[in-house]
Amino acid sequence: MSKENKSKKLSRRDFIGRASTGAVGSIVLFPAISSGNDKREEKISKTNFKMLGTNSLTLKVNGKKISAKVNANTTLVELLRDHLNLTGTKVACNSGECGSCSVLLDGEVVYSCHMLALDAQGKSVTTVEGLMDGEKFHPVQEAFVEEDGLQCGFCTPGQVMAAVSLLNNNPTPTKGEVMNGMAGNICRCAAYPKIIDSVLSASKKMKV
Amino acid sequence: MAQKIIRSQYHLYDEKIDTMAEVPDSELKPLPKNKDLKVIGKSIPRIDGNEKVTGAAIYTFDKTFVNIAHGRTLRSPYPFATITKIDTSKAEKLKGVIKIIHTYNTNEISWYWGNSKLFDKTTRYEGEEVAFVVAETEAIAEKAVRLIKVEYKELDFVINPVDAAKEDAPKIHEGGNIPKRRGHSTYSRGDFEEGIKNADVVVEEKYITEVAVHNPTEPFCSVVKWDDEQLTIWDSTQGIFSVRDSIASSLKIPQSKVRVITEYMGGGFGAKLEAGKYSVMAALVSKEIKRPVKVVLDRREMNLAVGNRPNSYQTIKVGAKRDGTLMALGLTNYGSMGAYPAGAGAHWPLRSLYKCENVTTSEYSVFTNTGRARAFRAPGHVQGTFALESILDDVAEKLKINPLDFRIKNFAPIDQDSERPYTSKKLLEAYEVGAKAIGWENRKTSGSDKGFIKRGFGLASQIWWGGGYPPAYATVKMNRDGSVQVLCGTQDLGTGTYTIIAQVAAEVLEIPIEKIDVLIGDTQATPYAPSSGGSNTAPSITPAVYDGALQIKEKLMSGASALLEVSQEKLVYSKGEIFESDNKSNSLKASEIVRKMRERVLVATGSRNESTSGYRVNTFGVQFADVEVNTLTGKIKVNKIVAAHDIGRTLNRQTLENQFHGGVIMGLSYALHEERVVDEFTGKVVNANLLDYKIATMLDTPEIDVIIVSEADELVSAVGAKGIGEPAIIPTPGAIANAVYNAIGVRINSLPITPDKVLMALNKEV
Repeated sequence: MSKENKSKKLSRRDFIGRASTGAVGSIVLFPAISSGNDKREEKISKTNFKMLGTNSLTLKVNGKKISAKVNANTTLVELLRDHLNLTGTKVACNSGECGSCSVLLDGEVVYSCHMLALDAQGKSVTTVEGLMDGEKFHPVQEAFVEEDGLQCGFCTPGQVMAAVSLLNNNPTPTKGEVMNGMAGNICRCAAYPKIIDSVLSASKKMKV
Repeated sequence: MAQKIIRSQYHLYDEKIDTMAEVPDSELKPLPKNKDLKVIGKSIPRIDGNEKVTGAAIYTFDKTFVNIAHGRTLRSPYPFATITKIDTSKAEKLKGVIKIIHTYNTNEISWYWGNSKLFDKTTRYEGEEVAFVVAETEAIAEKAVRLIKVEYKELDFVINPVDAAKEDAPKIHEGGNIPKRRGHSTYSRGDFEEGIKNADVVVEEKYITEVAVHNPTEPFCSVVKWDDEQLTIWDSTQGIFSVRDSIASSLKIPQSKVRVITEYMGGGFGAKLEAGKYSVMAALVSKEIKRPVKVVLDRREMNLAVGNRPNSYQTIKVGAKRDGTLMALGLTNYGSMGAYPAGAGAHWPLRSLYKCENVTTSEYSVFTNTGRARAFRAPGHVQGTFALESILDDVAEKLKINPLDFRIKNFAPIDQDSERPYTSKKLLEAYEVGAKAIGWENRKTSGSDKGFIKRGFGLASQIWWGGGYPPAYATVKMNRDGSVQVLCGTQDLGTGTYTIIAQVAAEVLEIPIEKIDVLIGDTQATPYAPSSGGSNTAPSITPAVYDGALQIKEKLMSGASALLEVSQEKLVYSKGEIFESDNKSNSLKASEIVRKMRERVLVATGSRNESTSGYRVNTFGVQFADVEVNTLTGKIKVNKIVAAHDIGRTLNRQTLENQFHGGVIMGLSYALHEERVVDEFTGKVVNANLLDYKIATMLDTPEIDVIIVSEADELVSAVGAKGIGEPAIIPTPGAIANAVYNAIGVRINSLPITPDKVLMALNKEV
């Protein structure tokens, strides 16, 4: 609950600990979970039904190879949040209407609530947890903090991922291009003007 | 510092609250003006920003436990029905189902102030709770919900408040659809009929606004966990203490046994001010199965069952003299409360915004077979201001007076109810700078723009409360290493509460903001602070933080005086260090003082000081809109909004701007897009999702100019800040509606102003 001000010193550990894909290297998930905590895994395998899928799936998540057993109807966001404990990706509508669950699939932004996990077979998924380079923020993350491109922050991971994808495809967008490119991500707090500023500022940072 | 108990009066929404409160005994020295401050007022990045952009922030939605079970709710598919049988046998056989509760196997728990129960045998709107399933996974729970067989007896229903108010309407509650308590409310001053008689111009119009749904992005959700008799609830809420008390009372357990935690929450806008049935249902089952339970509402449930802004059917009659003097203002209004009691009025702007001696209002808050209303960002004021400002523009046009001059002419210098002065009212200044910023002189005669895209300008004014109030407390702790913790029983809805708390402490103690740790949203760890509603959070809690930090400073000074053997008057506090004014080398750092005082932690609890009596505390403002209307497609584009407001002291320019942007865009969204649609033949909501319920996206974003015309309001508190969340949204729909009229020269008397309405209005003129 304590909110230490970490504006200059948020360490990667701080959130890797909470939202980890586990130890370095390839991980086999059966039942699909790894939190780096053996006791916890054991308990989950005993009590948690959602992990009992029958379909094998191999994909990369934030650069790490993941093998998992999932149900045919498990969505990509369920795999990320419930199985891999990557709770940075949010769900606000669960039907492809708002963009809170945006992640990158082979570099392109997708709604992870609107996609089956099995459809990510062999692909590479990047979530908000995978954006940092070591201890360093992605320029988009940096810009969102500096320009205050958020309020409650719940849609923010989705906004950040949409912005990364937009800038990957168009490194120097106009304001209009930002507005069009980000229109699939609803922010009910309507921090839109500052999200636009954030994306434009990130574009400048990435040029350098 | 010594405390005393006073009588504290304030407005929370349209309710006048009379309470007792503990406040500082002696008067607090007001915080200096922003230009003399180093941290407050500046654009300090929010201190929780990093956690939010990295996904490290854990919301209630993200909270989980190893052995957690998941709850889902079965809801009534009918607008009005009685349950005759519930058969859970099939559902119970489903592997992974743990427990199902409903009206036949649960003790009665009163809900909605005795008007209903946790599980009522009569369901009065589509979406009302019928049964609650707890299972190993959410998917299994959902599947089980579908396997429960319920036999209903459908009843005749009514969804429109005007129909529901009629004698022969289906009765939703025994006492009828207009409850005795607050169902019909009236207000009057002067003599309305006499005012109309003496007027040169009289205009009467009807206005309709539709039901809007809060739809915060974070779902309504709770995680509940029992440790013996101690219940912990992680809840996405705007009021941790109010949730705590409601749950304790529902479960008949001591308040001390309930701990409510809200570390991060993804928006509320008024909908998350009260405890949810889902939290109580989850707590009941959790206790029985001895496992933590998580319950998350889906988007459809959120559009049906957890609040909305009521609609309004307003008739307004205005009389004015040829010189523009308002002679009479009259309003009748019907608003839909939904199936259970809620405020559905809209008369306050008409009653208080402009000077007028003769006012009469008559409002009906009516039961309908729809989801119950809840406070929604400036309840009543948004719909009321839209209608009032629309008709005032019509009157101004009849009088051939510029709409801005008409408002200035009817400026109300004092509160007309109490005849008391305002602590501050810089509305005239706001008119002046706002008009300049929008280019008001470019406004043409309505409907005179040539071409098929027509441009128009409009304005609307704003009045709201939002001065904050005692009681509100904050505990400030200084550790031996000089680091500081602030504990306060408030919650950050996304408005930047964490950051302004740190700013105030950093300002007073003159230490870097990085050294300040803020803990809020935990009933067990923090002193009491009020729910975050009515734009009262910042103005209530920042003076308490200020008082707490001042007390720490005073303790350090007193300690230094003893340690340095120098009288306190000769000591100077600067940047976390205390030195003798004549001998700067004789000094001690704050951390040294704490250590040498043999304290582990220096602790002080500050309280919000009382507002100066004899005044009315309000916020004011005006917004100007510049719009373009495509007369071929009916589409409206808002080019620019200028928001000029008197809201006391700016605490953080960046987060203030952001919240104003949000309010304006939410107002734009309400004015042009948002409408919960209920099918009148089935009583079902047909757009209970984010695709069909239209919310403004980034493409709707206009240029927004935020101008603050006020400094600290010292009569309100020692910090002098007032709330901004609600002032930001109130005038936007009215300003846009007036700009649309100015563009096309035809008045659209209902919200949202959708393209079809624009085209129909234009055709009517042809």
